[in-house]
Amino acid sequence: MFLFKTYKKLNDTDIGYSFFNSKIAIISLGVFLIIFICSFLAEFVAPYDPFDPMNISLMDAFIPPVWSQGGDPNFLLGTDQQGRDMLSTMIFGSRISLIVGFSSILFAMFLGVFLGITSGYIGGRYEIIVMRLTDVQLTIPSILMALLVDGIARAIISKSMHYDMAIYVLIFAIGISEWPQFARVTRASTLVEKNKEYVSAAKIIGFSNLYIMFKHILPNILRPVLVIATIGLALAIITESTLSFLGVGVPPTTPSLGTLIRFGNNFLFSGEWWITFFPAIFLVILALSINLLGDWMRDALNPKLKKR
Amino acid sequence: MSFLKVKNLNINYKTRKENIIASQEVAFTLEKGEILGIVGESGSGKSTIANAIINLIDPPGKITDGSIEIDGQQICKNENLIQIARGKKIGFIFQDPQTSLNPLFKIKDQLIETIQTHLNLNYSQALQRSIQLLKEVGIEEAEKRIDDYPHQFSGGMRQRVVIALAISCEPDLLIADEPTTALDVSIQFQILNLLKDLTKNRNLAVIIITHDMGVIAETTDRVIVMRYGIIVEQGPTKQILTNPQSNEAKSLVISVPPTNKKINRFKLINPKGHEITNNSASITKNIIKTWGIRENKNQRLLNFSNVSKIFDDGSIFKKVSATKSVKALDNVSFELFEGETLGLVGESGSGKSTIAKIITGLLHPTKGSISYYDKSLFDQNHKYKSFKNNGEIQMIFQDPYSSLNPRFKVKDIIAEPLKFYQRGIGIDNLYQNVNDLIDIVGMTRQSLNRYPHEFSGGQRQRISIARALATRPRLLICDEPTSALDVTIQAQILNLLKDIQDELHLTMLFISHDLPVIRQMCNRIVVLKNGIVCETNNSEDLFNSPKHSYTEELIKLMPKIESII
Repeated sequence: MFLFKTYKKLNDTDIGYSFFNSKIAIISLGVFLIIFICSFLAEFVAPYDPFDPMNISLMDAFIPPVWSQGGDPNFLLGTDQQGRDMLSTMIFGSRISLIVGFSSILFAMFLGVFLGITSGYIGGRYEIIVMRLTDVQLTIPSILMALLVDGIARAIISKSMHYDMAIYVLIFAIGISEWPQFARVTRASTLVEKNKEYVSAAKIIGFSNLYIMFKHILPNILRPVLVIATIGLALAIITESTLSFLGVGVPPTTPSLGTLIRFGNNFLFSGEWWITFFPAIFLVILALSINLLGDWMRDALNPKLKKR
Repeated sequence: MSFLKVKNLNINYKTRKENIIASQEVAFTLEKGEILGIVGESGSGKSTIANAIINLIDPPGKITDGSIEIDGQQICKNENLIQIARGKKIGFIFQDPQTSLNPLFKIKDQLIETIQTHLNLNYSQALQRSIQLLKEVGIEEAEKRIDDYPHQFSGGMRQRVVIALAISCEPDLLIADEPTTALDVSIQFQILNLLKDLTKNRNLAVIIITHDMGVIAETTDRVIVMRYGIIVEQGPTKQILTNPQSNEAKSLVISVPPTNKKINRFKLINPKGHEITNNSASITKNIIKTWGIRENKNQRLLNFSNVSKIFDDGSIFKKVSATKSVKALDNVSFELFEGETLGLVGESGSGKSTIAKIITGLLHPTKGSISYYDKSLFDQNHKYKSFKNNGEIQMIFQDPYSSLNPRFKVKDIIAEPLKFYQRGIGIDNLYQNVNDLIDIVGMTRQSLNRYPHEFSGGQRQRISIARALATRPRLLICDEPTSALDVTIQAQILNLLKDIQDELHLTMLFISHDLPVIRQMCNRIVVLKNGIVCETNNSEDLFNSPKHSYTEELIKLMPKIESII
């Protein structure tokens, strides 16, 4: 009953209506939520704890998926070279991927929105400097940027600390390569909003510039930011996987999806295809569901594309 | 047999939540050589009917029933016929000449394209015809100007080109949707005259859609008054304007500010036909209590002396030379005394709004000084000293749709300045204040919990006034506060402004391009043209015996509803 009521209420709003009338949006949100919940309740959902040495037996290594010859019903999607259950490692691995993805995009969002809104509002020399900075940043491919940050971090942080710090370095590296998108979109929206009369009214009342920027303008420009944050999330997860695949991401003791793909890659030609195939498919499904959700959101939040 | 016959036209806009009836059983006829006016408030379905005739209704709008006949030919719902008729039989003039011409094509190409689509002419014949048309609508040096792009024409000239385009294929019917709303008074006069001449010379049937009763009085032969998609009254213009029968028509006519005399308050009629007489005197008691009693001692409130403002679009590397920069204000001076309403009048580009922005500190002057109670508003570095006036200067904006933050509830919009100026105000006290303010502007307290987009333009303007009053202003600057509103709503807002000025002893600077409104509102008037003050005088003297030739011209050219009576 309660569910039905909230459904009724949501369906009454424009965005809710658009959601319930888009199969793609419903399916992709469903898929994403399942992955999200599973990965954060990994301890309870996953059939094994792949990082508990008690559970691992090298005897179980290289067992193919259950439906192919030599499969073991205990290991649905087979096992890797150390005898870890593929399904469990993937569920645990996606947690790392999601954590890194969310944190880095949040970091990028805070940085980008702050620089974008201030440069759009203040203008002048400050704006020119910030915007040229984003131009320079955008000429460097984000993978290269992240590699660069990672390399510098390796040089600064001592080897013993490195494994603990790796995940933070990764978040920083991805975040720093994503912020120009946010800065550009925020600045463009700020330029539109700051000429509206409610901003003039706020100025005449005497509010400080910072107050006007973050109390008055910010709520009005969050929509496009939300859209690029969603699409950026998929990008961040892929970047994380790429970095891990290249071996500069999270350490192998806590593998993410990218790390799993890298491990499996070694066995691809010896016939153990499942070790790399399943994490890769999993990554594709995760990124696709987020991207489709972002696409829907962009259309639903765009007043110009609004259907009645 | 009438030329245009519209019968039982029903148009619906079916949205997810509701079915909006834009036109219900609309029926009228139009003869050749006749100008028909359609008036009504915004949302009354005027434009929908015009769009229905050329079958260009935006989805999800749909003609559900009815017929439209031109020359005995049924064109409603017949896309093939209407496509031939559009442009050839029916010419259309849009409101905004800035957007109705394609900026990437030369005038020549746009005219020739239209002509060759409908008439069997070769290129040089079409070109010849285009030049002839441009001459006919009064564009000088048509042979040369025809090679220009739309942006090289001024607004009025562009509207002439649009008219030339509309009559290029000898249409029999011309539909003009608010043809002069975006134009200045003097250009409006010329365009309306042009339309009248064309109607006579070419024996056209013309439909003019407008909200301006002055335009109706000066141009049309017959009028249709609409409300909520229904024709409430139709008849000869003179009869409707002098002796309206329906309450809607009465309220439209009565709320038009008269151009020939000053009245104290606008009369208002409620939907039942009774006059509304209440004012907000009793309601302001609470506010006066919290504000303390004020008196107007006829002291000088504002001294705006020798102010110039130059806009330069120079980059950080070089300054623009003096000749290239735009002088928005040139040595403008005026004084403002306590309790009076000073009107600033001028056409677009005269620098009216620049003055408002300088007084409120949104812009800084290039030269000159502005003082408020003998304290300078700007320091040596042209920096605004807002602490010197403590929110005593407030402003009401033109566009009610962008002047309220769409993400704030109404109560937060009003409470925000209160909290800012009375730090540590208790929550009970705060809401008492907010309630008082919303009462003053004549809105219900339920509206406090809603968002701005749930209100109409007039209601938003009331919220805007409440917000401006929250800082206890002495000087209220009204920048075209009613130009986006319907005439009946305009009358209500103007009455409200007069009331709060009397009760709260405010001084007002009233900016408008609308001379009748200025006459009703102001004690003294400053006439501006291209940033230069033409004339400053008491408003009755100025209207009765204008000294400057420009003032005289403005007064002569403004559309007068009295012209027909």
